[in-house]
Amino acid sequence: MQKLLMCAAGMALTLTAVGSANAQSTVKIGMINEYSGQFADTGNMIDNGLKLYMKQHGDTVAGKKLEVIRKDTGGIAPDVAKRLAQELVVRDNADIFGGFSLTPNALAAADVSAEAKKFMVVMNAATAIITTKSPYIARTSSTTPQLNFVLGTWAAKNGIKTVYTMVSDYGPGIDAETWFQTGFKEGGGQVVGSVRFPVANPDFSAFIQAAKDAHPDAIYIWIPGGTQPAAVGKALAERGIDPMKTKVLGQDALGDETALKSMGDAALGIITVSDYDYSHKSAMNQEFVKAFNDEYHRNPDFFAVGGYDGTHLIYEALTKSGGKTDGDSLIAAAKGASWESPRGPISIDPETRDIVQTVYIRRVEKVGDKLQNIEFDSVPNVKDPAKERMKH
Amino acid sequence: MSTQTTAGPVRHLQAQFRWGWSEIAFWLATLLPLVLTPSYLVLASQIAITALFALSLDLILGFSGIVSLGHAAYFGIGAYTAGLLSTRGWGDPFLGLAAGALTAGLFGYVTSFVVARFRHLALIMITLGIGLVVQEAANSAGWLTGGFDGLQGIHTLPIFGKFRFDLYGYTAYCYSLAGLFLVFLVARRLIHSPFGLALRGIRENTARMPAIGAPVHAHIQTVYTIAAVIAGIAGAMLAQTTETVSLEALGFQRSADVLVMLILGGTGRLYGGLIGAAVYMVARDQFSGLNPQYWYFWIGLLLIAVVMLLPNGLLGGLSLLARRARTAP
Amino acid sequence: MPPVFGVLFDGLAYGMLLFLLSVGLSVTLGMMNFVNLAHCSFAMLGGYVTVTLMNAFGWPFFATLPAAFIAAALASVVLERLFFRRFYNATELDQCLLTIGIVFISIASAAYIYGTINQPVQLPAYLRTSINYAGLNFTVYRLFLVGVALLITFFLVFTIEKTRFGAQVRAAVNNQRMARGLGINVDGLFAVTFALGSGLAGLGGALAIELVGLDPSFALTYLIYVLIVVSVGGLGSISGSFAAAMLLGVSDVAGKYYVPAIGAFLIYLVMIVLLMWRPTGIFGRR
Repeated sequence: MQKLLMCAAGMALTLTAVGSANAQSTVKIGMINEYSGQFADTGNMIDNGLKLYMKQHGDTVAGKKLEVIRKDTGGIAPDVAKRLAQELVVRDNADIFGGFSLTPNALAAADVSAEAKKFMVVMNAATAIITTKSPYIARTSSTTPQLNFVLGTWAAKNGIKTVYTMVSDYGPGIDAETWFQTGFKEGGGQVVGSVRFPVANPDFSAFIQAAKDAHPDAIYIWIPGGTQPAAVGKALAERGIDPMKTKVLGQDALGDETALKSMGDAALGIITVSDYDYSHKSAMNQEFVKAFNDEYHRNPDFFAVGGYDGTHLIYEALTKSGGKTDGDSLIAAAKGASWESPRGPISIDPETRDIVQTVYIRRVEKVGDKLQNIEFDSVPNVKDPAKERMKH
Repeated sequence: MSTQTTAGPVRHLQAQFRWGWSEIAFWLATLLPLVLTPSYLVLASQIAITALFALSLDLILGFSGIVSLGHAAYFGIGAYTAGLLSTRGWGDPFLGLAAGALTAGLFGYVTSFVVARFRHLALIMITLGIGLVVQEAANSAGWLTGGFDGLQGIHTLPIFGKFRFDLYGYTAYCYSLAGLFLVFLVARRLIHSPFGLALRGIRENTARMPAIGAPVHAHIQTVYTIAAVIAGIAGAMLAQTTETVSLEALGFQRSADVLVMLILGGTGRLYGGLIGAAVYMVARDQFSGLNPQYWYFWIGLLLIAVVMLLPNGLLGGLSLLARRARTAP
Repeated sequence: MPPVFGVLFDGLAYGMLLFLLSVGLSVTLGMMNFVNLAHCSFAMLGGYVTVTLMNAFGWPFFATLPAAFIAAALASVVLERLFFRRFYNATELDQCLLTIGIVFISIASAAYIYGTINQPVQLPAYLRTSINYAGLNFTVYRLFLVGVALLITFFLVFTIEKTRFGAQVRAAVNNQRMARGLGINVDGLFAVTFALGSGLAGLGGALAIELVGLDPSFALTYLIYVLIVVSVGGLGSISGSFAAAMLLGVSDVAGKYYVPAIGAFLIYLVMIVLLMWRPTGIFGRR
C-alpha cells in the first residue's frame, strides 16, 4: 500500500512537472455551448463532433497539445455567453473560441473575440450577420439565407407556383421566411399567404388548417428542432395534408431523425433543404457515420458535422500558421481553406469567412423499414446570399 | 403619550437602524474581489446586478407580501431602454440608468393599479401573465428590440469620459457595486421609516391596516413602483456592462431565478437577496464549470439542503442558529 | 361542417390533456395548501416510464398507461413520506424552494438517463389513422384521449360526489380544521389524494408524448400551463379544473386560427382577465 502511494505521488509530481513545462505548448480551445437546458441536445451533438475528430486525429497539432475547456450557457443568455468568453480570455488564457448554437450568444461572444483578437469558429448558429461582428470569426455550419434562398429558387423552378409560408415568430424563422420568399418570388412564384407561430408552440392544427384553406401548391414550414417537428408532422396528417400531393417544404429540422420516427409514414414526401444528412452517399460519410455510431450510439446530424468540420478548421489553421495561436495568424490561415467533409466539399470564403458548400434538396423516402432523407437534387458552391447582396 | 411609554419601541427601532459590525464587514468584503480574485470580476459585477434585482423583489415580497412571478418585466424594460438609447447614440451610462429607471418605474406604476387589488394565487398568476405578455410584446416588436437575436450595436461610453468598460471587468464591477450600495442605502432608509413599518404591517395583516389609518392600496402601489424603478436600474446596468440585451432579460426564467435566490437567502431581511444571489450564482458557476451538462442536479440538491437545514433561507437559518447559540447555557 | 370545428375539436383534446395534468395539483393545493411545483416532474416520470417500457421492453402502448400511473403515484408516495410531510407547516416560499429543487434534480436525472433528445414513441398504427366525418378529419388518437379523459372525469366526479371518501375530501378541502375535529384522518386522506393526483399527472405525461413530445424540460414547460389551469379553475375544484382546461385549450387554438398575430398572448390575456374577474377561480371558494 505504501509503495502504491509512493508510486502515485511520484507520478503526480512528474505529471505536474511535465504539465507545467507544457503550459506554453498547449493550445486551449474554449467551447461555449448549451450543455444543459432545452438546447442541450444541439450543444452535446456539436461537442460529440469535436470529440470524434480529436479522437481520430489525435490531440496534438503543429507540435502543440490541444486542451478543450467547456463552458455552459444554459440556453439563450448573451450576458452569460459574453462573460464566459471574457473569463476564457482572462482566467483560462484560451486561444480559440468554438461552439455556438444560438445566435444571441454568438453575437455577444463576437464582441470579445474582436476586442481580444481571438480566432472564433462558429459551429452551428446560422444568422448571416454573425461573421461580420468580428474579423476573427469563421463559420463551418450553414446560414439560414444560404439554405432557404436555394430552396425558394428550386421550388419556383420545379413546378411549384403558389406557396403558403409558416414560420416560428423569432429571428431565425423570420430570416428563413424572408429568404425563402425572396428566392421563390425571384423564381417567378407567388406567395398566397403567410403566418408566424409563437415560438414555444405545442399545437399546430389551427395554423395548418388555415394553410389548407388557402389551397396552395406547397406549404413551407420553418420550425426549430426539438419537439416541434414531430408535432407539425402529426398536425399535417391530422388535417389531411398528404405531402405527396401538396408539397411540404422545410429546412433540415423538419426532417430530423427523431422527428421522422415520431411522424411515421405521415412524413413520406416531405421535401427539405440541408447541408448534411447521415444517408449522404460518399465513402467518407459512411466511415464518419460508422465511427460516430460506434462512439455515441446514434446517427450524426448537421450539428455534429458542424462540430466535426469546425474542429478540422482549427487543426488546419493551426497547421498552416505553424502553431501560432494569435487571432491574426489563425484567421489568415483559415481564409480560403477548403477540404472534403462528410457532407461533401466545403470551403471558407476568404472575403466573408463564411462557409461555402453544396446545398442538398432531399425527400423523405422509405429505405427498408426506416424513413430517411434521400438527396435528389443539389446546388454546389453556394455562398451566403445575404452577404453577396450586401456587397452591391 | 408620555415619552416613557414610547421610549422602548423608539429605542428598539433606532437600534435596528444603526449599522452593525456585520453589515460594515459585509460591505468591506465586497471590495475584496478587486484585489483577491481579479479574474472573477465580470462574474462579480453580474452578481452585484442580480443582487440589486433581488433587493427590489425583496421590497415587494419580503416586506410587503406581494409574490411576483413576473418581476423581470421591469428589469427587461430598464435593460431595453438603456440599450436602445445607446444604439441611438446616447451611450452615457448615467443617462441610460436614469432613462431605464424612469421607464420601468412608469410601467410599474401603471401595473400597480392591477397588482394592488389582488392577493395570493391570483396575484402570482397575474404577475406571471403580465411578465409573459411583456416578453411576447418585445418579441413581436422585433423591429425595435431586435427580437430573438437581441439588441445589437450597444456601446457604453466611458464613465465620466475616463473609465472604459474593459475586458477584465474592473470598471463594470466598480460601477455595479457602487450602484448596488447607493440604492441599498435608499432602500434601507425606506425600510426603517414609518412607510417601511406600514409595509410590514400590510404583509402581516392586510385587513387590520386601514383600522390604524394606513392606506393599503396607496402603500402597495408606492412600494411596487419603487421596486420597479430599482429593477429597471439593475436591468439598465446589465445592458450597459455587457453591451447586450435579449428577450430573456424579460423572461420567466429570470423572474423565477431571482425568486429562488431571494428565498434561498431569506426574505424580508434586505441582505437576503444579496447573499442569496451571491451564493446561487457562485454555486451555479462552479457546478457548471465542473459538470456542464448536469449542474442542475447539484443546484437542486443545494436548494433542498438549504431548505431542510435552514428554514427561512440562509439568513433566517443563520439567525436562528445565532439565537440558539446565545440562549444556550 | 366548416373546418373550424375540426380545429376546435383539437383544442378540446388539448384541453383534456391539460385537465389530466392539472387536476391533481388543484385538489392537493386546495386541500393542504402545499405548493407542489414538482407536479409536472411526476408527469414527466410517467412519460419516461412509457417510453422505456415501449422502446426497451417492447410493451404495447395501452399496457404502459397503468404502469405510468402507478409509477408516478408510487414516486409521489415516497417523496411525500421522505420530504413533503415535514413541510406542511412551513411557509409557502420554503415549499416552493423544496419542490423547485426536486424539479431541478428530476430534469438533470432525466437528461442523464435518457439524454436530451425528444423521445419518439411508436404508437400502434390504428391509433394514428383518422376518421372522416362530415368532411372533417378526427384522429383516432385524439378521440382516444378525449375518451380516456372523460372516463376519468366521470370517475373523479362520482368519487367526489357519491362516495364516503369523496365526502371526506370535500370536507378537508372546505375546512381542514373542522374536518380534523370531526375525526377525519386528514393526513392519510392527503397522502391518498396526493398519490392519486400525481398518478393522474403521470398518466397525462404518458398520453402527452404523442401530442406534444417529451424531453427533460417537460417538467418546467408545462408547469406554467398547469398553474394557469389551476388558478383559473379554482383550487380544490375538479369541475373548475375541467372548465378552465377546456376554456384554455379551446381559446388557445381558436385564437391561433382566427388571430394568429396574438396567438401566443391570448392564453395569458384570457387568464389575466378571468383572474381579475374571479380572483379565486371560476369555481373557487370565495
